[in-house]
Amino acid sequence: MLGLNSKDFRLFLVVIGLTLFAPVLLNPFPTESGLAQFNAGYPDLMQRFVIFGIFAIGFNILFGLTGYLSFGHAAFLGVGSYAAVWMFKLLSYNVLPAIALSVIVAAIFSLAIGFVSLRRSGIYFSILTLAFAQMSFALAYSVLSNPKFNLTNGETGLQVYNDDPQIFHSDRLPDLPHLFGLSMRASTDIALGPWTFTLNAGYYLSAVFMVAAFYIAIRLFRSPFGMMLRAIKTNQTRLNYTGLNSRPYTLAAFVISGAYAGLAGGLLAAMDPLAGAERMQWTASGEVVLMTILGGAGTLIGPILGSGLIKYFENIFSKINDDVLHSWFAFMPDGLEDAMVFIVHPFVGKGWHLTLGIVFMLVVIFLPGGLVEGGQRLWRWITGANRKKSDDQDTKHAPHAAE
Amino acid sequence: MGILEVKGVGKRFGGLQALGDVNLSVNERSVHAIIGPNGAGKSTLLNCLVGKLIPDTGSVMFDGQSVLGRKPHEINQMGISRVFQTPEIFGDLSVQENVMIPCFAKRDGAFELNAFSPALGQKDILAQAEEILEDVNMADKRHMHAASLSRGDKRRLEMAMCLVQQPKLLLLDEPTAGMARADTNNTIDLLKEIHEKRDITMAIIEHDMHVVFSLAQRITVLAQGTPLVEDTPENIKGHPKVREAYLGEAH
Amino acid sequence: MDAILLQTLNGLDKGSAYALIALGLTLIFGTLGVVNFAHGALFMIGAFCAVTLQRVLSLSYETIDETQKDFLGNPLKVKTPYVESWFGPDVGGAIIEWSVPLALLFAIPIMIGVGFAMERGLIKHFYKRPHADQILVTFGLAIVLQEVVKYFFGANPIQTPPPDALNGVANVGIIFGMDIVYPVWRLVYFLFSLLIIGAVFAFLQFTTFGMVVRAGMADRETVGLLGINIDRRFTIMFGIAAAVAGLAGVMYGPINAPNYHMGMDFLVLSFVVVVVGGMGSLPGAVLAGFLLGILESYASTTWATTTIPGINQIIIYLVAIVVLLTRPRGLMGRKGVMED
Repeated sequence: MLGLNSKDFRLFLVVIGLTLFAPVLLNPFPTESGLAQFNAGYPDLMQRFVIFGIFAIGFNILFGLTGYLSFGHAAFLGVGSYAAVWMFKLLSYNVLPAIALSVIVAAIFSLAIGFVSLRRSGIYFSILTLAFAQMSFALAYSVLSNPKFNLTNGETGLQVYNDDPQIFHSDRLPDLPHLFGLSMRASTDIALGPWTFTLNAGYYLSAVFMVAAFYIAIRLFRSPFGMMLRAIKTNQTRLNYTGLNSRPYTLAAFVISGAYAGLAGGLLAAMDPLAGAERMQWTASGEVVLMTILGGAGTLIGPILGSGLIKYFENIFSKINDDVLHSWFAFMPDGLEDAMVFIVHPFVGKGWHLTLGIVFMLVVIFLPGGLVEGGQRLWRWITGANRKKSDDQDTKHAPHAAE
Repeated sequence: MGILEVKGVGKRFGGLQALGDVNLSVNERSVHAIIGPNGAGKSTLLNCLVGKLIPDTGSVMFDGQSVLGRKPHEINQMGISRVFQTPEIFGDLSVQENVMIPCFAKRDGAFELNAFSPALGQKDILAQAEEILEDVNMADKRHMHAASLSRGDKRRLEMAMCLVQQPKLLLLDEPTAGMARADTNNTIDLLKEIHEKRDITMAIIEHDMHVVFSLAQRITVLAQGTPLVEDTPENIKGHPKVREAYLGEAH
Repeated sequence: MDAILLQTLNGLDKGSAYALIALGLTLIFGTLGVVNFAHGALFMIGAFCAVTLQRVLSLSYETIDETQKDFLGNPLKVKTPYVESWFGPDVGGAIIEWSVPLALLFAIPIMIGVGFAMERGLIKHFYKRPHADQILVTFGLAIVLQEVVKYFFGANPIQTPPPDALNGVANVGIIFGMDIVYPVWRLVYFLFSLLIIGAVFAFLQFTTFGMVVRAGMADRETVGLLGINIDRRFTIMFGIAAAVAGLAGVMYGPINAPNYHMGMDFLVLSFVVVVVGGMGSLPGAVLAGFLLGILESYASTTWATTTIPGINQIIIYLVAIVVLLTRPRGLMGRKGVMED
């Protein structure tokens, strides 16, 4: 179906189903219940899930397939955001031209950076991309925001002002990003007994893009191009002596993943018409690395899971405070309750980064295939499939060609 | 005129003259061995042929065209395939995918942005891959992970990856290095079979005399970066200069 | 002329920090072949050793002084640090005041211990994994370490003042017959870094241990074949590299108040320094550290920033990109290190 084999098609349907019903699935707790704070089905967070999902899917095309570890992908996301906001400023708040331009600008930008960075491999490539990204950050933060030439509006961030041209804007249209008049903030609340579900226009637009991005990624993974990229990861020497030029392949992968990042950046701006330089900082690049590895680099669904998990941590886990902890452990005797709260406290709330770091390290050490591999192992363990297979999985990851 | 003509090739690394004035001519459809003691410059010569190194002097003509200054993938596209000392395969890919890649390289050239059609939907490629796997008796292993193959199977797979491209010249870099006697004999048989069946020109770099004398029709002896003699195996065996420079040392 | 000298001096303190961190990175990289993204965190831990010592020394008890009133009219609570009550106000006060230099003594065993623990507990298992995995796991470790520090010390920078005697400015221009005022502590930092760098080089040059390590850096396998237990020595090298980074951090506190993410900030630049100097080359790392520090300082002059706005922010990256592309092995690196 749709040029996918049956297994991939099933996976694709699952992803469509999950994104379509996300507002319901992510709100499993009734609005008034104590657990409602774990509901993730509000528009702002759901938008982040799918937008960073796109970012990670794109990053995975580069890192998961070719093994080239870029530490500068946030630069493309940031450039995409800036491009989108400029479209808002110049044309109108319609999101389609804005997103189109973000993808194009990010692709061109990644072509330039990739062309230079890919002349080196391994650790040098990582450091080159890191240097380029930090340079882009510095450019956006200060260099390109001086009175003579203000492209980024520096620290304040680029946003739309009343005196901007917006040549296609008319009074009928909302004063916020919209799709031919449909505001991205438009939401409908559906109350169902004690539950409330919010259907949001911006989320569904982003979700459509993510499903499309995911579909393209599946096709790409299964194509000869994807096969070549995996071949580059495992043995570049053999590839060259097989008559294939690895440079254009890696460059194409780099540009595609850059365009994905640009799309994510454009969508971020479409949800909230503001672009700031901090989006380009190398820690933001590190975040997409975490997402991809955590979910499972080189797998189809991994990056989506990873980005969802990290964004959930960031937004939900970080809100757990001591009061919440006390209510969790309330069933215990007082002394024990306090002790438990004391132990758990550093890992939640503001300490969620600590949990993230630990989980990430554990994944790199014990589960190189990320959550997807973890899930597979668990599944095999539950269904009692023979252990030998999982041993094969282990050896599978051992002999990576050094990068 | 041979299919591969090496004329006056020299290569210097700093103070070391690795190759000096090497002349070599490999005839079409022959098996040509290049032998010599360690440090004789065999590997340097091979690397000059495949584009990994660029010689300082001389010329290398393949099939009427110069290979100098071309990259490894361009030289492969001209029709030279190379087998490595330790098999270089795509360890993370399946056996079938390993042989599909050279088929794509042959059909689509050095780069083709074919990112949307399923690789497993390409009937012609699949057919070629299947045929070569049958030929090397590995069809039953097609879905195996290449890294999990035995060393012998890895060697066969690498050979299959080279052969499926129908190269005009197959370069083999010590194909039996580090093998037990039985494996060596198997490899010799495999190479003989390939040569007879496919009529492929082969150049073998080797220091195992047994292998060389079982396979080669012509032999070039290298010593200290220069060719001592080039002759048939029978003549080489009795050649006093060779005995002195090579066999004398080795035994 | 004055301006040139001043900017050179201004670049020295940052340059010293870059050089020290890059030196440690290169030691680890050259000996163990591991790309350590947690090295910046070691620098940060060093700085927080000083913070901790300062806090420990300032632990005080409260007494109520009935003779004085605070602004609300209540009896004044006076805090007396234990050290002052033990050694008397003069000696005690001096100890507190000199807590940053004292922290050096305190930091050496801690940093070596942290280094050993890191190498034996984690890095050891990654020697045979791809460089990408090494980068990732040490990146994770860096996050964990900085979050732990954040948990105990908070997110805000913590002032660690230098001793009063070293807190002023000195006219260093006198030597050159010019008038240039320069903070004393920065001079101290520069001299300190020279001392450490000299010590590391002397150690590698003149001790048997160092000789084996250098041989190991050149060719690990052969040294292993000689029956020398190179792994144990490399563990010790990791401890030394950690100590170098940590000491650099201790002394850097008075220049920039330590915060939990200072390690990450320096790490990115230190990597750039290592690459510019040449992967695996110790003199290269030191040279590039100072050069880039000074270059950054030149780029920060008003003249430079008005000509090209923001040039000070991007100059190091620009240099790195140009160097990587034109001379991949860096200023002093060997060819082929870490290629592919």
